[in-house]
Amino acid sequence: MSLLDVKNLRVEFPTRRGTLVALDDVSFSIAPGEILGVVGESGAGKSMTGAAIIGLLEPPGRIAGGEIRLDGKRIDNLPYEEMRRIRGRQIGAIFQDPLTTLNPLYTIGRQLAETMTTHLPIGPGEARERAIGWLELVGIPAARERIDSYPHEFSGGMRQRVVIALALCAEPRLIVADEPTTALDVSIQAQVIALLKSLAREKGTAMMLVTHDMGVIAETADRVAVMYAGRIVEIGPVREVVKHANHPYAQGLMGSIPPLDRRVDRLQQIDGAMPRLSAIPPGCAYNPRCPQAFDRCRVQRPELMPAGATDAACWLHAP
Amino acid sequence: MLAFIISRLLQALPVMFTVSLISFAMFAYVGDPVAIMLGQDYTVAQRDALVRELGLDQPFFVQFGTFLGNAVQGEFGLSYRLSRPVSDLILERAPATLELAFTAAILALAVGVPMGVYTGLYRNSWLSRFFLTFSLIGVSLPTFLIGILLILTFSVWLGWLPSFGRGDVVQLGWWSTGFLTWSGLKALILPSITLGLFQLTLIMRLVRSEMMEVLRTDYIKFARARGLPNRAIHFGHALKNTLVPVITIAGLQLGGIIAFAIVTETVFQWPGMGLLFIQSVGAADIPIMAAYLMLIALVFVTINLVVDLLYYAVDPRLRIGRGGH
Amino acid sequence: MRAFFDSDLWWSFTRSPVTVISAVVAFICIAGAVFATWLAPHNPFDLASLQLMDAFKPPAWEAEGDGTYLLGTDDQGRDVLSAIMYGARVSLLVGFAAVAFSTILGVSLGLLAGYLGGTVDAVLMRIADIQLTFPGILVALLVDGIVRAALPRDMHENIALFVVIFAIGISNWPQFARTVRGSTMVERNKEYVQAARVIGRSPLSIMLSHVLPNVMSPVLVIATLSLGFAILAEATLSFLGVGVPPTQPSLGTLIRIGNDFLFSGEWWITIFPGVALIVMVLSVNLLGDWLRDALNPKLR
Repeated sequence: MSLLDVKNLRVEFPTRRGTLVALDDVSFSIAPGEILGVVGESGAGKSMTGAAIIGLLEPPGRIAGGEIRLDGKRIDNLPYEEMRRIRGRQIGAIFQDPLTTLNPLYTIGRQLAETMTTHLPIGPGEARERAIGWLELVGIPAARERIDSYPHEFSGGMRQRVVIALALCAEPRLIVADEPTTALDVSIQAQVIALLKSLAREKGTAMMLVTHDMGVIAETADRVAVMYAGRIVEIGPVREVVKHANHPYAQGLMGSIPPLDRRVDRLQQIDGAMPRLSAIPPGCAYNPRCPQAFDRCRVQRPELMPAGATDAACWLHAP
Repeated sequence: MLAFIISRLLQALPVMFTVSLISFAMFAYVGDPVAIMLGQDYTVAQRDALVRELGLDQPFFVQFGTFLGNAVQGEFGLSYRLSRPVSDLILERAPATLELAFTAAILALAVGVPMGVYTGLYRNSWLSRFFLTFSLIGVSLPTFLIGILLILTFSVWLGWLPSFGRGDVVQLGWWSTGFLTWSGLKALILPSITLGLFQLTLIMRLVRSEMMEVLRTDYIKFARARGLPNRAIHFGHALKNTLVPVITIAGLQLGGIIAFAIVTETVFQWPGMGLLFIQSVGAADIPIMAAYLMLIALVFVTINLVVDLLYYAVDPRLRIGRGGH
Repeated sequence: MRAFFDSDLWWSFTRSPVTVISAVVAFICIAGAVFATWLAPHNPFDLASLQLMDAFKPPAWEAEGDGTYLLGTDDQGRDVLSAIMYGARVSLLVGFAAVAFSTILGVSLGLLAGYLGGTVDAVLMRIADIQLTFPGILVALLVDGIVRAALPRDMHENIALFVVIFAIGISNWPQFARTVRGSTMVERNKEYVQAARVIGRSPLSIMLSHVLPNVMSPVLVIATLSLGFAILAEATLSFLGVGVPPTQPSLGTLIRIGNDFLFSGEWWITIFPGVALIVMVLSVNLLGDWLRDALNPKLR
């Protein structure tokens, strides 16, 4: 049985000029201990999906349809207080910019301890000991001395390690990591991703890894979902999607990864730009940019359908 | 810590120097102190003697030096109007003003901060809208009108509270306090509301906008994502971060209380320094004006220093050292 | 004019009912004040028409009220409504003049500091910093006190109005100067200013033609918000008895005079001028707030 089940999720933003549909008919699941990568351009709805799962959509955004289940129990319609008990305890979150996600006025020890005492039946003394343990685990040198330091006393990479410790310290079963390395120096990105992966494996934590970096996905994820204009266009095992993508957009995306094993003169690029949410074309949202589009693509919208070893939302694979 | 305080004190010096220069220039060049002190009839010899005695024949900087030396010892000469030492007059009046300003400041903070937090957290509740409308009127209402309206309502129509003076005061050494008698406390109510109301609305609006700003930050979102209870997020994480900018601006705003005390004291005939000052302005009583100006500058410089120290205590980013990068 | 009604400014104006009401109220206040001579039911300064018999009449709707004096009369039988209209004229005159003075002073000093830089800039901005440490009303009070003390007593009556305008204007210049200085420094380093120097045109003159249009909106916003402050400052000074002379009573003077009768029950003499002052300042402040948001959302 899967740990997280998202079915037909629809997120809307009511605005003055009508309602924008930010996520439409998004369905996927994550098994216990599995790492699902979610890729796409900015604005495709990757982060929005993460925010919907942890129940922290920015108002006026709201879940307008579908359901989210954790362990078979619906969590998308819970009262605030019940959902709060799930956040941190069952589902941890890691945000993009470690420079802004830590409260500058509290020591990292205090932030760790308060997270643990909120969710776990332990006292302050025990929480402090565990906090030191977590800091050691995420690779902060001299953790015992540095536990009473403030966030500004750490570098960006170190701060993201602290954020990872914060997300994991109440031992959640799922982590939603939203672009966890985008704001970091390139030299540190690989270390942080490796740490995240090894901790997830070690603790058996499932993870939804949102990123626009295909390289990170290829290295870390078990499966990958490709998003475009608020929908999932292809989902499948990472190896298959990278090597034999079936959706033309996913193919284009994979073609833009520089291969390491041979020289190329020119990376492939996709012409045009993703449509704004207010102007999504009828039919398949990708049809104006798709080199293989035909009449049906312009009229009828494709659902995810089996295509080779993956599922793709593309009429090319219609049975 | 010590270095921090010293650097702040050094920054305060130019302000005090400029203000002293203005005060001294008032003394030296505005009006003719000799003529005022001698009255109508005097001989040239008398005049020359007084000029020498006052040191007015000395070069500018010598005179300024003498003035500074005296000022540091609290010596500002005699009031033209009352012919008494300025320092005595001010010392007599200081407790009244300080007690009034203190009460008003406590009122502004104790009511303004919670109102600001509430309106920042519950932006759309009807109570928030009421508070906001109230604050907009508060900002547009001049202090003296607030005083008049309060007097009309609570003294003239209802007859509940006194409309002027300090009531009975108790002498504690040179300090006279109204805090210890029932009539003194009653007399304090209307003036302190009058004086505190404007600062209260300012502090409320300030706390509200900072609170809203802080609630939008990533670390508050992350605190929510960690499942912390709302109470911890709002009154711990958010409020503490709100306080950083609020301390600075609120501190300076509270300094404004001293300025508006002049108006409040006039409305309520409150026997403080402000009333003394405004009577001196009317009578062109330069020594009192000069002394008051320097005292006010000192108060503002002190407030600035206290604000900096509080800032230092709240925000760890200002404390240097302890490893890191 | 067509262009104006098409503009975003006009659009945002019509979208905000509070602003429209404020504008109408402000317009009525200004019109009532400016045309007081024709609009006021009585002339409060015409001694011949004053009837001491009519002193202390309550407002028309009270039992002892008199229909000819809508808002009642004061201790000398002057019509309160007319006195308010004439008084508002003085208040507005001082307010506008003080704002004009601080605008001219602040913009010129700001340009000077921004263009010359160096010592001039450092000195001017240091003065501005020190002055901004103190509340505006206190600065106005001190300047007013100093100027009074410096001038011979018999001149007070004639120039009191100018002293007040000067004092309030002086207390408000740093805000303008800071804004203009910032814009000027940005412009000064642009290439066209350097180019002007090369081709021998005075950089100052062409910079003025570029800087001034750029700073117009913030200056307009500061000026509108300053108008509310200036009117209140004048009222406060006059209330304290160090403002405009009693022969030309402003709203603040009227409130001060009326304040003496508060305890004998003649509340209308002081309350109605007070209400007029509040309405005037509130509408100006609301307009200023709207203008600030409409012209520059980033300016807090």
